[in-house]
Amino acid sequence: MPLKLVPDNTNIGFVKLRFIAFALTLLLTIGAGALLAVRGLNLGVDFVGGLTMQVEFAQAPAIDELRERVDRVGVGDSALQEFGNARTILIRLPLPEGDQTAVQRVVAKVRGALEADYKGVKFARVESVSGKVSDELIKDGLWAVGLSMLFVALFTWFRFEWYFGVSTVVALVHDVVVTLGFFSLTQLEFDLNIVAAVLTIIGYSLNDKVVIDDRVRENLRKYRQMDIKQIIDLSVNETLPRTVMTSVTLLAALVALLVLGPEVIFGFTAAMVLGIVVGTYSSIFVSSSLLISLGVKPRAAAPEDKRAAGAERIG
Amino acid sequence: MLDFPKWKIWSIWAVIGLCALLALPNALPPSVLNSLPDGLPKSQLPLGLDLRGGSHLMLEALPTDVEKAKLESLEDTVRGELRAATGGPIGFTDLSLAGNRLRFTLTDPARTDQAVQLLLKVTSPLGLSTAREVDVARGSLPGEIILTPTQAGIDAAVDSAMAQAVEVIRKRIDELGTREPTIVRQGATRIVVQVPGLQDPEALKALLGKTAKLEFKLADITADPVEVAEGRAPPGSQILPVQQGGQMVVKRRAIITGDQLVDAQVSTDQNGAPAVSFRFDSTGGRRFAQATTENVGRPFAIVLDGVVISAPNINEPILGGSGIIMGNYTVQTANELAILLRSGKLPVELKVVEERTVGPDLGADSIRAGAIASVVAVLAVAVLMVITYGRFGVYAVVALFFNVVMILGIMSAAGFTLTLPGIAGMVLTIGAAVDANVLINERIREEQRKGRGVVTSIETGFKEATRTIWDANSLNIIVAIIMFAFGSGPIKGFAVVLSIGIATSVFTAVTLVRLMVSRWVAGARPQALSI
Repeated sequence: MPLKLVPDNTNIGFVKLRFIAFALTLLLTIGAGALLAVRGLNLGVDFVGGLTMQVEFAQAPAIDELRERVDRVGVGDSALQEFGNARTILIRLPLPEGDQTAVQRVVAKVRGALEADYKGVKFARVESVSGKVSDELIKDGLWAVGLSMLFVALFTWFRFEWYFGVSTVVALVHDVVVTLGFFSLTQLEFDLNIVAAVLTIIGYSLNDKVVIDDRVRENLRKYRQMDIKQIIDLSVNETLPRTVMTSVTLLAALVALLVLGPEVIFGFTAAMVLGIVVGTYSSIFVSSSLLISLGVKPRAAAPEDKRAAGAERIG
Repeated sequence: MLDFPKWKIWSIWAVIGLCALLALPNALPPSVLNSLPDGLPKSQLPLGLDLRGGSHLMLEALPTDVEKAKLESLEDTVRGELRAATGGPIGFTDLSLAGNRLRFTLTDPARTDQAVQLLLKVTSPLGLSTAREVDVARGSLPGEIILTPTQAGIDAAVDSAMAQAVEVIRKRIDELGTREPTIVRQGATRIVVQVPGLQDPEALKALLGKTAKLEFKLADITADPVEVAEGRAPPGSQILPVQQGGQMVVKRRAIITGDQLVDAQVSTDQNGAPAVSFRFDSTGGRRFAQATTENVGRPFAIVLDGVVISAPNINEPILGGSGIIMGNYTVQTANELAILLRSGKLPVELKVVEERTVGPDLGADSIRAGAIASVVAVLAVAVLMVITYGRFGVYAVVALFFNVVMILGIMSAAGFTLTLPGIAGMVLTIGAAVDANVLINERIREEQRKGRGVVTSIETGFKEATRTIWDANSLNIIVAIIMFAFGSGPIKGFAVVLSIGIATSVFTAVTLVRLMVSRWVAGARPQALSI
């Protein structure tokens, strides 16, 4: 007998829980938003400009000592951070003023200083981004996220009804804000890769919501006399095995990447794992129940049956 | 729904076979690859710099520099045309290039009409375009003429300068002997240079950061030393810094420029120190011969990017069209200068605005970790699918395998680059494919629970789920396109894999699985489904 993650014919009253869910969602969104406003994001050089060096040591260096050593080179305020393991350190420096060779000179100075004091040190990666480019990257990133949301809303509106567009986008905003809040909380570096992750979260969370919306629409047509709350509950329960199975499978793959994958994609996969959890939650508890509050009606989802609906009213 | 005509079956397998063939070179060692007969696909999927190490540089030109260069060449045109005007040279004074305009006043205001007509003619648009590149107008003073480059003119100048810059950069990098550099223009004023396998981009940056504008100028020996000390040069002259220290007054007009060089090589001077010897083309040689003949006994300056690098005396006329530059060079710096001179000057100064260098070790580590993680991730997904859906899970896993093969095949053939975010995109695509099968299988389960027969359940399952899959994937395609259009660097690499992957995963997870299921149903005629 095949495994079933969710038993057959569940009948969980998700709709009943909707006010708790709404309150929790609102609380999470506001909390994450406040965190973002107060603590901000640990923006990578992609977005603030500057110089990053990923340095690998033979033995784990004492961070304070290393910081002092780097500061003594006299190339500006440094920020040090362990990267994956204690032997790998990310050194962040402000972008030096001057011509093209300025970055190279700073790297050479730091390299010289560290090679003198630490045996077997290796510079695995150097990145520098000027302030102008980083401003553009921020702008591009915001455009990409904003436009995705807009098109998603338009598509769902066009494909379904405006209720679905609104409920989907509200849930998506929650997903994105909570993910950003997580990055603010952990102060994991927020770079271009994370923007890609946020866009993917939007994509997946969307998947979930479209699948449920699709079922709601189908049931609205099928059971014209049924109460809207019952229809939503039925639809969410019917799609629950799929929602859970897909999320669990994705999480299994992502956790493998998170634990075993290269350090460079850690932030990316961490964002994805959180995004899947949050997105699944908002699909089940928020976006569909929100349809009730928006006042969706059976007829609204079946515009092509206008004649039949009219006849019913007369009769 | 489960009926497949023969031609459909064949075309499905043909598409998969073709992609597999395109993906095949990736699995072959180079020795086998080279012995393959012509006509078979041989291109492997190139790995991004983040995976194999290398340097990525983004260079940016300031449009104002191009504008300035454009004005200077305009000045040359104006001087030449007015001197050669019919009815004798048209004299003018007070020529200035301030405020992005060329402004001068004719000494004989009566000839203003003639001058304007003449300048309008020589600055009239070339070719098919009708937009003027330069506006010619009269100023408020009598005899004053103002030339202003239009936006279209500036855009065209920037465009041609950047195209030229790409060529110069390519020559310089080729001289370094680096393998397969990628040099592409990005936007109006940027050039991205990617050199795989290059650990230390210092030499590269030293070469790219220099304009290498070489000029030979006569020294102005009549200048008043007191005025020069105060920073004022006589009209027609300029004060330039000297590399070894101090400054020098030279004539503003160059007798000859680096454009007329045909070759430059490292050589040694009479003391055996490294130097750079060069040779002019025939017109350059003639001009150099004439200038040196007329100025025997006076010094001239060899100027590189506005700095005097050498100021020898002209002891005798130099008639052979060649010469040597001496100036405290090491073999390395002499070689650098020779490369710069051979590859020509950059039409515009370029600044490095973004640099990313990944050491090859880190790249290799990332690949290994990425590969292990991907294998584990795929295994986890496969195990979950098979224990959950049994036979249908196996079909899904087979489809997944072909999905990955198809993505690799299409990417290899199209010449896309696989980056780390690309691998992440691939894993997520696998997620989308899994989701499609989960949707189908859960729907079949539902239909089974309603007591439907085997064939009806399967048919309804596929039909209902396919609609949902299309809705969801159209949305994902929209998101991927937006990422590609607005994202930069890593996001683009991610979006490419995602777009290809969404297409292939719908094909494999829906069409291919349906084909496999239909063959099974037709062959085994199952009475009950274990799903």
